[in-house]
Amino acid sequence: MTDVPAPSQMSSAPARGVLEDEALREDNRSRWLMSMPAVAIILCAAAGPLLVMVIYSFLAPGDYGNVKWEFSTEGWVSVFLERDIFDGTLGWADAHLSIFWRSLSLSLITTVVTLVIGVPTAWFIATRPDGKREFWLFLITVPFWTNLLVRTIAIQELIRAEGVINLVLLKLGVIQEPIQMMFTNFAIGFGMSYVYLPLMVLPVYAAVEKLDFRLVEAAHDLYASRWTAFRRIIMPLIKPGVIAGSILVFIPSLGAYVTPRVLGGGKNLMFGNLIELQFGQGRNWPLGAALSLTLMVAVMVALIFYVRVTSREERNG
Amino acid sequence: MDMSNTVPEAQAHEVAIDVDTVSKIFPGEDEVRALDGVSVGIRRNEFFTLLGPSGCGKTTLLRIIAGFEPPTMGALRLDGKDISRLAPDQRPINTVFQNYALFPHMSVARNIGFGLEMLGKPKREVNETVDRMLKLVQMEALKGRKTSALSGGQQQRVALARALAPHPKVLLLDEPLSALDLKLRKEMQIELKRLQSETGITFIFVTHDQEEALTMSDRIAVMKDGKILQVGSPRDIYQSPAERFVANFIGESNFLDATLSGTSVTLKAGGGAFAVTPPATVADGPVSVLVRPEHAAVRAGAASAEGDLPVTIRTVVYSGDATTVHADLASGERVKAKMSNSAALGAPPLPAEGETAVLTIAPGGVTVLKD
Repeated sequence: MTDVPAPSQMSSAPARGVLEDEALREDNRSRWLMSMPAVAIILCAAAGPLLVMVIYSFLAPGDYGNVKWEFSTEGWVSVFLERDIFDGTLGWADAHLSIFWRSLSLSLITTVVTLVIGVPTAWFIATRPDGKREFWLFLITVPFWTNLLVRTIAIQELIRAEGVINLVLLKLGVIQEPIQMMFTNFAIGFGMSYVYLPLMVLPVYAAVEKLDFRLVEAAHDLYASRWTAFRRIIMPLIKPGVIAGSILVFIPSLGAYVTPRVLGGGKNLMFGNLIELQFGQGRNWPLGAALSLTLMVAVMVALIFYVRVTSREERNG
Repeated sequence: MDMSNTVPEAQAHEVAIDVDTVSKIFPGEDEVRALDGVSVGIRRNEFFTLLGPSGCGKTTLLRIIAGFEPPTMGALRLDGKDISRLAPDQRPINTVFQNYALFPHMSVARNIGFGLEMLGKPKREVNETVDRMLKLVQMEALKGRKTSALSGGQQQRVALARALAPHPKVLLLDEPLSALDLKLRKEMQIELKRLQSETGITFIFVTHDQEEALTMSDRIAVMKDGKILQVGSPRDIYQSPAERFVANFIGESNFLDATLSGTSVTLKAGGGAFAVTPPATVADGPVSVLVRPEHAAVRAGAASAEGDLPVTIRTVVYSGDATTVHADLASGERVKAKMSNSAALGAPPLPAEGETAVLTIAPGGVTVLKD
């Protein structure tokens, strides 16, 4: 391999060139072959259904669900707007807007709550001595062993009117009447924070574990107080983990379905429930499809914005 | 227990860092006594080295001075003020870490300016000092570079500049040269010595490399098992080591059995009496003495004069500038004699392996050890 043939020599040794080309082509072919299952799954399970959704969103709703094969933009229009039943004029769809708002605010609150609880937890685990961290990490993963629905119903048991929390508070005389917690925004936020907490802890843990604590010592040595060292050294270095955790919590929160349904009841709908409603009782598949795509686009815009901001920050150092 | 009262006023002012019977015990299942009642006074503007094998407590002592570890017992004073309870950010002491610990998310300039920025210095002063520091360590060209894009030697220089920028009273250096290759290490040794005299800052340097310690230090403290065995100038430590461990750790040595009587010793191997100045704690009787290989010489022939020791040559090792002869004494002890090859120019050839010869020891070449 030491004597690479010069271009002029290439022609005098065509056999070798052909062989190498063949090997390269063979290599490419086997690579394509190996990635076929993944490509097939993506085409069938992601791209295909997505295309169906896009098509459905431009059709008219069928009378008993499904769609009528005639072009209509009504599905898209009614994502944000509402046609007056009497004169047909368009106005803001207040019901939808309040649901969007609830989804957005509850998702943000959930992200903040999991940050406030998850970052110290991850810090605690990552600073345990070697060999003890595995035990704590194991505890974090325990909830995944039980079905989400079962866990959510268990939360109901905690917060309902005759639930554990109310009973204890009543017995202690702190309250005279049970506090209404079920079917409130509080219940949804509480439930989602519980469900998504591990998704915050794990990436933050990974970042803290990689952190070189000698850098923190160096900062203290250079007259940084504990808080300044945290802000100037620790935060920038664990930021990728914190952001990954926030994305992992925020995005599923925005589309959450089970938790709001079980803990929020029929009145406190979130985005996911609104979509489900269109495909179920609402019998408005085009609107459901348009709502789903709206949610997807919103998430993608947020992600692109985030990537832009962080890469610009990195460039500026 | 204020020790400073017993020290004369003028001397007390000389001392920058006063380590006063400091002990450090790391609790746990197998409790570790990392420092055991260490006392030492480190003078102002001094290049002071803590030298010892790994696990001797030198890094623990450095971390206590920096403030990363509190002492279990004892006190630490800076210019007479007790600082043992102060946090690291409250002490005018900066550290160059073993692996530099440069902030990876900041540029070279931001790293160097960090300390000054934390002290709340105005931006202009920070920038000026950073430029001066970059010049001092010859790194002007790499000002805006990310620290991860630097070579080991460059990172070393940035770490030095960062620790020097706030102009601390004391600079601590934790084996900062150990990650560099030999040539760069030699360069940096001279560089560090230059920086110390240019800045006038007290340097406390930790190393396990005896040659490094001898090259750079004004004074050296040799440590073992959490204790300081001896403090002195490189010359003191090398020429009159107090203990066998110190002699063995610094330079090469021959340890011989002898009998002490007043100010002279008689070697078990013969050769008559040698004049010595024994430490006060050593009584007459059997002692162990040190003879540095370069203070011994071997020539062909038979013992004739006073001080000649008959030997049998075992191996002769040529190493360019010197030749080392390993030989057996009449007492059965093995000795090394290291002779400069420039002194041997024109001299008669050395005896061959297996032959008998004569070993002589230079006047003052015999040192009585404490143990």
